[in-house]
Amino acid sequence: MGEAIDPRAVVIDERLAGVQRIIGVTGSKGGIGKSVVASTLALALADQGRRVGLFDLDFTSPSDHIVLGVNRSFPDEQFGIDPHLAHGIRMMSVAFFAGDAPLPLRGDQSTSALLELLAITRWGDLDVLVLDMPPGLGDTSLDVIHLIPRLEFLLVGNGSKVVIESVERALRLFHELEVPMVGLLENMKRGVGEAVSTLAAENLVPFLGAVEFDPELERALGNVDRLRATALYKTVAAVVRIDRSGG
Amino acid sequence: MHELALADAVVKAALRAADDAGMDRIGRVIVKVGELQQIEKDLFEFSLTNVLPAGEPRLQDVVFDVAEEAVRFECKACGHGYGRADVDLGGDDHDEAIHFIPELSHAFARCPSCGSPDFDITAGRGITLERLEGSSDDG
Repeated sequence: MGEAIDPRAVVIDERLAGVQRIIGVTGSKGGIGKSVVASTLALALADQGRRVGLFDLDFTSPSDHIVLGVNRSFPDEQFGIDPHLAHGIRMMSVAFFAGDAPLPLRGDQSTSALLELLAITRWGDLDVLVLDMPPGLGDTSLDVIHLIPRLEFLLVGNGSKVVIESVERALRLFHELEVPMVGLLENMKRGVGEAVSTLAAENLVPFLGAVEFDPELERALGNVDRLRATALYKTVAAVVRIDRSGG
Repeated sequence: MHELALADAVVKAALRAADDAGMDRIGRVIVKVGELQQIEKDLFEFSLTNVLPAGEPRLQDVVFDVAEEAVRFECKACGHGYGRADVDLGGDDHDEAIHFIPELSHAFARCPSCGSPDFDITAGRGITLERLEGSSDDG
């Protein structure tokens, strides 16, 4: 045996063995609503009786706990660490460890934090694990594609001029890397354009629907009852189907 | 005790490395435990022996050699090198956070020379499988 070995990557498949599907909610730009979509999707699926995990991979700006109104506190520790259970969702976030302290991480440091959490988190048996991805096509996106071969992506975009080109770039990359796509969700839609649905069709990716810009959404953040009344909740609850596994 | 999950990873990585090296018996596994993660050497040795898969013939006579490694930081802003005693992590909660995820040190540690949180951990971060010693039936 030559070089030293980082043992953490070896056990990732085993740690995720009880998880039926793994969906990364991603977007090519920041501010497109990935965290709200990921958290709302997890809530909708849990409400449907699915066993759901939610892993906030936006290490430098975690916010799923804010969307779902979950207090930050240390997870329990047994043979690894147990995700918090909130609203029927098993949740993991660096915010549970870092509190409100800023966490500046370079790429390799982010990769190492991801490896550590994948190696020690006990997800147990889940129908689906939702990964809330940081924006863009950087280190964390490439890491999860590499480390979790059965990953699927749900891409969030909209028709804004500053977004649409990056959505197409992301679709091209995921196609090139052969990452299965749950589909493309148009979020915070304004106006009547069809650029996003057209892009989905051109790239042979399912179009999951359009959620209109909702000025009331901000009031729903942190309150799951209000989240359940949003158009976003109703859209993701209707279009993302997860089978209940036997376990 | 999340040390058990890390110990389990070390044992499985050792078995995989033995497969890759054509090793039929693993005699010694040399593991490095970084100071930053604050895992006690004795506790980790105990954890390693507790996660051994029952009846695994390649590990029947295995010995774990666990060595501690001091943490070293190198500031990306000013280049200053420093150790654990040079930084104040701010209390037990922060120590515990770093115990779970050593990268959380970037939330709490600052370069003692310039105050930057932008540093590399150049040694002593966490658990590393350094080396295996063993033999094969072919000699």
